[in-house]
Amino acid sequence: MTTAKSARPGSSRRGVPLIDGIDKVTGRARYTADLDHADALVGRIFRSPVSHGEIIRLDVSKARALEGVFAVVTGDDCPHTYGVLPVAMNEYPLARGRVRYRGEPIAAIAAIDGETAQHALDLIECELRELPAYYSSADARAAGATLLHDNKPGNIEREVHHQFGDAAAGFAQADLIQEHRIVCAEVNHAQIEPHAALAEYDPVHDRLTMQSVTQVGYYLQLMLAHCLDLDLSHIHIIKPFVGGGFGARVEVLNFEIITALLARAAAGKVMMQLTREENFLTHRARPQTDVTLKLGMRRNGQITACACEAVQRGGAYAGYGIVTILYAGALLQGIYDIPAIKFDGYRIYANLPPCGAMRGHGSVDVRHAFECVVDRMARELGLDPFAVRRANLLRAPTRTMNDLVVNSYGLSECLDRVERASGWRERIGTLPRGKGLGMACSHYVSGAAKPIHWTGEPHAVINLKVDFDGGITAFTGAADIGQGSSTMIAIAVSETLGVLLDRVRVVAGDSAITPKDNGAYSSRITFMVGNAAIDAAKKLKAILAGAAARKLEAKPEDIDCIAEQFQVDGASQAVLPFAEVVKAALVDVGAITVKGTFTCPPDAQGGKHKGGAVGSTMGFSYAAQVVEVTVDEATGAIDVERVWTALDCGHAINPLAVEGQIQGSVWMGMGQALSEETRYLNGLPAHASMLDYRVPTIMESPPIDVHIVESRDPNGPFGAKEASEGALAGFPPALVNAVANAVGIDFDELPLTPDRVMQALVDRRRRARTADLQRKAS
Amino acid sequence: MAQMPAKPRKRLLRLNLNGRWREDAVAENQLLVDYLREVAGLTGTKTGCDGGECGACTVLADGVPVPSCITLAVRYDGRSIETIEGLADRGRLQRLQQAFHEKLGTQCGFCTPGMIMAAEGLLRRKSRPSADDIRTALSGNICRCTGYVKIIESVQAATEPPP
Repeated sequence: MTTAKSARPGSSRRGVPLIDGIDKVTGRARYTADLDHADALVGRIFRSPVSHGEIIRLDVSKARALEGVFAVVTGDDCPHTYGVLPVAMNEYPLARGRVRYRGEPIAAIAAIDGETAQHALDLIECELRELPAYYSSADARAAGATLLHDNKPGNIEREVHHQFGDAAAGFAQADLIQEHRIVCAEVNHAQIEPHAALAEYDPVHDRLTMQSVTQVGYYLQLMLAHCLDLDLSHIHIIKPFVGGGFGARVEVLNFEIITALLARAAAGKVMMQLTREENFLTHRARPQTDVTLKLGMRRNGQITACACEAVQRGGAYAGYGIVTILYAGALLQGIYDIPAIKFDGYRIYANLPPCGAMRGHGSVDVRHAFECVVDRMARELGLDPFAVRRANLLRAPTRTMNDLVVNSYGLSECLDRVERASGWRERIGTLPRGKGLGMACSHYVSGAAKPIHWTGEPHAVINLKVDFDGGITAFTGAADIGQGSSTMIAIAVSETLGVLLDRVRVVAGDSAITPKDNGAYSSRITFMVGNAAIDAAKKLKAILAGAAARKLEAKPEDIDCIAEQFQVDGASQAVLPFAEVVKAALVDVGAITVKGTFTCPPDAQGGKHKGGAVGSTMGFSYAAQVVEVTVDEATGAIDVERVWTALDCGHAINPLAVEGQIQGSVWMGMGQALSEETRYLNGLPAHASMLDYRVPTIMESPPIDVHIVESRDPNGPFGAKEASEGALAGFPPALVNAVANAVGIDFDELPLTPDRVMQALVDRRRRARTADLQRKAS
Repeated sequence: MAQMPAKPRKRLLRLNLNGRWREDAVAENQLLVDYLREVAGLTGTKTGCDGGECGACTVLADGVPVPSCITLAVRYDGRSIETIEGLADRGRLQRLQQAFHEKLGTQCGFCTPGMIMAAEGLLRRKSRPSADDIRTALSGNICRCTGYVKIIESVQAATEPPP
């Protein structure tokens, strides 16, 4: 399981800085808003002022007549719905006839400057007839509620009922059963770069060029062709530097389509930059989720059965919703050995901005509930939290009840590492009141094994070029959004070829140049694109080895390239420098381009049951973490003192980047646990700024110790799996468990803001006082 | 045809930007960040929020960090502004830039220019800051990628004398 092969040849075990890092620290990196747009029109969006309504009258004539306005578009300009799953595309880029959340785009302006566009927005006349609006799952599901979508009775977008194993029998075997209802607030990605798009339409050739903040250029191209009735080949997508995503940009967003519609209507170039408030309205993040989770446990900590109900308040449109609710159920599996799991999931429509995918997609809130309940039961049984997890470990290789493959599994070592590093055994139970330790585990997929748009094509393609100058260029559609995927590709190519990292250039995210890639989502790039990069590099190496063999009069299979020197195995005297071999290889054929691919085999693409493809992956990352807190009982403020995290990423191709990803994901989990939540007042966001949406600042952010566990997945590139998402879901339960350890209160609601903590402390004091009075009275 | 409201008046702004004096006609209501990005063409300074919330727009005014997105450009007449573009010396990375690059103090990079300028303001005031000094100085700068761990390490690395 954790037996390591020897380290990769030439690998630096501390890792390397990002290949585009210097652009970022010098200000040279160009993000979408930084692109030259001196000659572009300014785009602005007119949004719904109500949460639910019929559009009775929309008059844009005055706006259109304003001097300096070049285009006005409305729902009339796009009769097509868009979305994620082909079966659930139920959203218009600009509302047609009906609006379903406050802030939904209704019309858009392209004008000579921002002031003119803003003035034109004020001239739009829109009459709406308000309909009943629902802001909670319960209200939307209530009998007699007005339907948001006529084909979805009960305002239920999707119900999922899965049962694997015999849950009733499992509970019958349990020594202890507990059930808890745990509620997690809706959160937002809050990526630091606001949304922006720059679209240029050429009416002579009927061509559209789109530069955008996307994580999924390929889906953007598909959806623009669909919404604008354009030939796919007439659309050119370029991804500039992207300032974070975390899932915010893994689906095509309304403002991207709107910008394209405006550019076509204006027959020119349009720059659209959304405000931070509009980013929150665009949303597509983690839904408010009610989880009711029941576990059966034997006295030794073995879990005998799990029954889970999850209700997600999905917002007004489908987006990724079906996938999210399926993930919530599917990822109850793949981490522990549980003989029976029952899942009932409900994805609900409500009159709020649509939810979508966010780091740890679908798994986080359910994992949170699970790890909290496990801890509470351990406490009742007098078991150590680590011991309970150890009593339920999987053994790899295995296949879960819902047909997910687990080929590598480093969770046991993760547990050992954080238990030791945190001094758990010596410290647990010895801390003074107000101080506590808590732990939890989590996991995540290394790429969805079945793509959303099933075409039968390889799941990843890389082109590799070497030319007369000896430079190697890797062409990839994979979107580097700050996670370091281009650097990972450069490392994979250079190490496979035996050349210096400097020799490899990565060209990414330009549909005219780079091969199609499904995008930066579900942590797929390292596993899939990394494997494709190795495949391409091996092919190129074979060609170069052939040329070297001819010159060295040896067999190609005996040739290796080490540190840019081609040589015959075991014969150290004859060496050829890389540049000379390239020249020899090019003599007859000129520039060489090879292609590498990767495809997840069918047996890894999930079970045959309905929704079985979601959750399927080639390999899971595993994480364990310990959180240490101090709770101020006078104010309810929680101070996270320190975090110890261990993550099994199979193998760290770039340990520096892996560490950064783990710290970032743990910290994002901390935000969800402590302070982040969206709040709506009758559908109006009360959180739509970086002050009101409380992302942790550097002041409350703790040191995060990272331990990288390398289980060497048999199919991963150099054994690697994902490293960016798996640790997130462990933080919230580890924190809640630590707070329980500190002050003896189990919290059933996230986030643990000081007011919630204070309320619970006050309630407890009041209960104690009442009991005291009653005792004295009796 | 509807009419636009009157345009704001412009004034001549003379300031020292990254070591060079320049003059521009600037609208009285133009924000410093928009002046830097649109007039001077220096797009390293970013806008990440709707005003004074995230710190991505931090620049140095007479050596002191200020959020350029809630500051009018014309206030800086006769004064000095430094942006991320002014830090590198003839293509050589400055100490903080080097440290943020090597220690991965930057992931997506969007908050990085503001973060580095805020840290530079600190290091000019205090050459060997404590971790608490660093936290205080960067408390107005939000990063969504790193969890700040490697940002603190980067600033610390920039303060250590070269071996």
